[in-house]
Amino acid sequence: MRHGRYRFLAGAMLPPLLLYAVFVVSPYAQAFYLAFTDFNGVSSDVNLVGLDNFTRLWSDPLFLSALRHNALMLVVVPLVTIALALFFATSTRGGRLLRAYRVLYFFPQLLSVAIIAVLWQFVYTPNSGLLNGFLDRIGLSTLERSWLAEPRLALWCVMAAMVWSAVGFYVVLFAAAIESIPADITEAALIDGAGQFTLFWRITLPLVWDSVQVAFVYLGIVALDGFALVQIMTVGPGGPDNSTEVMGLSLYRNAFTYGKYGYASAMGVALFFLTLTLTVLMLRATRRERVEMA
Amino acid sequence: MRTTTRLVHVVLLGWALLVSLPLLWAVVSSLKTDAEIFDSPWSLPATPRFDNWARAWAEASIGRYLLNTVIVVGGALVLTMLFGALVAYCLARYPFPGNRIVYYTLVAGMLFPVFLALVPLFFVVDQLGMLGTYHGLILVYTAYALPFTVFFLHAFFRTLPTAVAEAAFIDGCSHAGVFFRIMLPMARPGMVSVGIFNFLGLWNQYLLPLVLNPDPDRYVLAQGLAFLAVSQGYRSDWSGLFAGLVIAILPVLVAYLLFQRQIRDGLTAGAVK
Repeated sequence: MRHGRYRFLAGAMLPPLLLYAVFVVSPYAQAFYLAFTDFNGVSSDVNLVGLDNFTRLWSDPLFLSALRHNALMLVVVPLVTIALALFFATSTRGGRLLRAYRVLYFFPQLLSVAIIAVLWQFVYTPNSGLLNGFLDRIGLSTLERSWLAEPRLALWCVMAAMVWSAVGFYVVLFAAAIESIPADITEAALIDGAGQFTLFWRITLPLVWDSVQVAFVYLGIVALDGFALVQIMTVGPGGPDNSTEVMGLSLYRNAFTYGKYGYASAMGVALFFLTLTLTVLMLRATRRERVEMA
Repeated sequence: MRTTTRLVHVVLLGWALLVSLPLLWAVVSSLKTDAEIFDSPWSLPATPRFDNWARAWAEASIGRYLLNTVIVVGGALVLTMLFGALVAYCLARYPFPGNRIVYYTLVAGMLFPVFLALVPLFFVVDQLGMLGTYHGLILVYTAYALPFTVFFLHAFFRTLPTAVAEAAFIDGCSHAGVFFRIMLPMARPGMVSVGIFNFLGLWNQYLLPLVLNPDPDRYVLAQGLAFLAVSQGYRSDWSGLFAGLVIAILPVLVAYLLFQRQIRDGLTAGAVK
């Protein structure tokens, strides 16, 4: 039994761990170092600059507006997605036809975010796009817009695409949680005279709260990103008047267009702490008494 | 009560249309001429133009992008599953000094946004001479897919009974033999779930190839399509682009129709963990 044990362990674990150390651990560690340097791609010329990159972040108007946009997405996207998903999950219980809706709703989740971006860019196209064409058909041509070209609308259009692609996944997630609620609990509530709304607020929602919590964290992470959608869908990229600039895009541009690698790394560090804080806060804020189902 | 039920049905149907219409519209548009697309977004093509698809496949390099994606995702998936299962199994079944540290270091990888690693990762891959190569992408994909794979399979291997493995040891089976011939087959349901999860995650990668794969001949599908869409202002071939979009969506749609139950279960199982 002991024979060859360590040889097996070494052979099985060293290659994957080496890979992980080289491509994951070392870049993350280096990023924290680079954030305090003025690294611009020439490794012989790297100076430590202390907190300079971070103080510059706070006075960089583009980064600050990116931060505001991510913050807005952080409020809107999880709330809208979770509300829609909860509604669809509760109202598709029952017949086969209703369940078929879930199968359909889930599909966008499988598409690459790049494909979603290209598709929605077409939908929003002013002259030949689906949306303006639809408004034209139903006689609301006064509502037609160049959706992605108007600074006040562009970010909302991006968020719509984000919600569109995410809802189905959470419908399935919540539906599974709802179906694991024992039927006698629901029946007892109905016998006691609870209406559909009371049933949802007092019984269903508290019992699926764990899943809702998970959804808040996941969608929060999605909302702090938004890079691919913005980069592909909106002009610039970054939108008209930088109205769709997001942090990931600022980071990408500073690193791979301007070569300000140190500064970009500082953005990465800021993004990391935001993500971490967000996760902890979301879990805290949404914490409730855990309900044990016998 | 009756009216609320009816209202609910209207909303459900509305969302179903919202999900399916853009996709159907892309399919219809991919069969139209450019003139027809510009004429009216809602019209049907006079004759379906399948040559759009041929053009997208050959001239717009969608076929090449698809091949690149298959090579990179296939390689990365095999390597991720092998490495992930090995590490998860060792950590779950062999107590050794440092076991916990290795496990938490791996799992902590899930907490960090990829954006943080992006800049140094670019230079690491560059120094190894792997920018724009298949093996470079495969290794990076694998490294970033490991944390979740290990996390998921670790929990799975712990739930498997020990008796079978012990019997095999007594019969003189080697450690590697027990893993490949006993434990891995027993872990099949978990491997399928995490395999589906990884396949979709890898297939849909955009950020990593964008940074690490600058050679247009090696573009993966998502990257190539985005490139065509962004640069199409110069050579506007709308119908070809729609065709490319549909070609990119089709494999996923077919896979979903065949395995929709497993795919949904696999993905949601990953989330609740």
